[in-house]
Formats: sequence, structure tokens, C-alpha cells
Amino acid sequence: MSKTSRTVITMPDKAKRGEIIEIRAIAQHDMETGFRYDQTGKRIPRDIIRNFTCSYGGVEVFKADFYPGVGANPMVIFTTIATESGTLQFEWTGDDGYEALNQAQITVT
Amino acid sequence: MRIIRIIACCIGIASAYLVTADAQTPARQSGYQSMSAENKALQDDSSANPALFWLMDGQTLWKEVLGPKQKSCASCHGESAQSMKGVATHYPKVIIGKLQTLEGQINQCRAFNQGLPKFAYESKELLALTAFVATQSKGSPIAVDETAVNRVDLKKGHDWFYQRMGQLNLSCAQCHEERAGLKLGGSIIPQAHPTGYPIYRIEWQSLGSLERRLRNCMNGVRAQPFEYGSTEMAQLELFLMWRARGMPLETPAVRP
Repeated sequence: MSKTSRTVITMPDKAKRGEIIEIRAIAQHDMETGFRYDQTGKRIPRDIIRNFTCSYGGVEVFKADFYPGVGANPMVIFTTIATESGTLQFEWTGDDGYEALNQAQITVT
Repeated sequence: MRIIRIIACCIGIASAYLVTADAQTPARQSGYQSMSAENKALQDDSSANPALFWLMDGQTLWKEVLGPKQKSCASCHGESAQSMKGVATHYPKVIIGKLQTLEGQINQCRAFNQGLPKFAYESKELLALTAFVATQSKGSPIAVDETAVNRVDLKKGHDWFYQRMGQLNLSCAQCHEERAGLKLGGSIIPQAHPTGYPIYRIEWQSLGSLERRLRNCMNGVRAQPFEYGSTEMAQLELFLMWRARGMPLETPAVRP
């Protein structure tokens, strides 16, 4: 897996104050478990995403740890309460120096 | 003259048989219809469809200017949404005397017009570009018809479909026509209409081509699978697409 990869965030760009919004975050990653062997019998080293965090206006609102049982291209769906207009920052980190960053804007009225 | 008449007659019989075979099955249906609600939702929601990244990679490849001729797909074909709309519904297609699958034609274009080495079969790049091209025809009916040029290949494809093969001595038709809708292990046997290729198959955890799927079945009946990119494979694909003619293309489909 490369050091970074594509990520996609799906969430509303507008919301009313206090409304619950659904956020989907997906990252392109092979999520190699470390339990598989290649055709020559050599073990394929583990290469997975370890952490995912989402911060809303600098405050962490969601965090997840990933393990080898998580499938390829993991998608996380979670909700948060729309409190103020601002930026949501999404960050994935993983084995072998993997790091991906994405941002989304929301306008709260 | 007489030989031609005999061939024509054989084809006539073959098509007549196919018509009755079609009539026996109550209604043609895509594998989509027998999926769970969760899997259907996965396919329908374009932001949740796991093929998403392949489509994005495909779009990048479409625009990438490469090779000695400094050309991208877009340099000749222009805007993909217009130029590629409906294209995938006509494949496999006879082009300059050779039956080409969509993958084959993309590689052909790459080698001749871009002057680049062909992509390996089932490589991420080829799957991505094929899925990107095919998805431009999403919703369009499959338009493979019997013509004078593809008649011979179509007949061969028909024969492969009804040919028993492998140690288990089974033909495609025995499962996918005679026993479609029944169960093999825990899974419903689909009617084998290739309406959404390349598909994201959950079992594979990846996108895969129709050829991979066909090889899968051939391995299952303990037969020597046809090679990737072989003529036999293209003929079988042609027959299956012709058999599914009129059904809307779903690319990128999700299957269990």
C-alpha cells in the first residue's frame, strides 16, 4: 500500500443547529491482514489502517481503532450534532507510515 | 451454396432452441433481484458502492496523458459521459475480424493509439478503466444482436454454454438455466446474466471481470479454465451478453 490514498467523505454541507448529521468516511486501502501467504509460501506482512479520527472545529468527535478483521476499503458511518459552521477534519493513520487527510465544510444555520 | 444452406439451417435450429429455452424460464432476471436488501443498498448508493475507488482511478486513467504519442483516452474520445455512453452495451464486438471484449478493446487502443504496453488482465488499472467506461452506459439496455459478422462466434459461445466440462461433467446451462433460482450450498444460483461487469464481488473483496467469474465456475466444475483474453472466453461472453440483451446494464454491480 502506498503512503497515502484516496478518501471520500459523504455528509450534508448544510444543517440546522442541533440537527443530527450522518457522516460517511471511506478510505482506499488493501487492509492486508498479515495472516495471508503469497504463492511462494511467504507471509504477506500486515498492512492495515490503525486509527481513524474526526474532529469538528478542532474538537475530536469520533475515533475508531481498526484491526486485521476489518475488510478492504473500510467505510465508517457515524453521526454527530451540528453545533456550528466550520471544518470537519478526517484523519487516517496506519502501518508503514500510512497517512490520509480529508476535510469537509459545513454551514450551520 | 449447399454448405451455406446447411450452416444457415443449423443456426436456424440453434436459434429456435434458444427461443424455447428462453420461454421455459419464467422471466429473465438480473442477479440483483435475488440479493439481500443490504447488498442491494450497497449497489444502489453510489457513495457506498465499494467500486467507487475503481471508478475514480478509472477517471484518472482516462485523462492521463501518457506514452510516446503523448495521448490520453480523452484526447481522442473526448468527454466520457457522451462518447462512451452506450458503448459497453455492444461488447463483445467483432472489430477488424476479431472478436473483442471491452477489456481487449481498451488494451488494443492503448497499444495502437497510445503506444503503451497493454495492461495485464485483472490488473487494477484495466479493471478501473473498464468499469469507468462501462458505467457511462449504466441503465442502457444491453444491445448485443446476432449479426452476419458475429454469427459464428455467437454459435461457438452458445456451444460452450451447453458443453459439459471438467471432472464434474457439468455445463453452464445445467446450473444457470435448468437449476437457476435453486440453491448451491447456501447461495441462490443466478441466471447468469452478465449485467453489471466488472462487478464488486464481496467474496473477492475486490472488483473483478466477467472472465474471472467464468474461470471461477470452470474451476468449480474441475475444468481447465479458458485463458484470460482467449477467443473461447470472448465467445462465451458474447453469448451471455446476447442472452441478456435488452436488460439494463448495472455497472458497477455488487454481488455476494
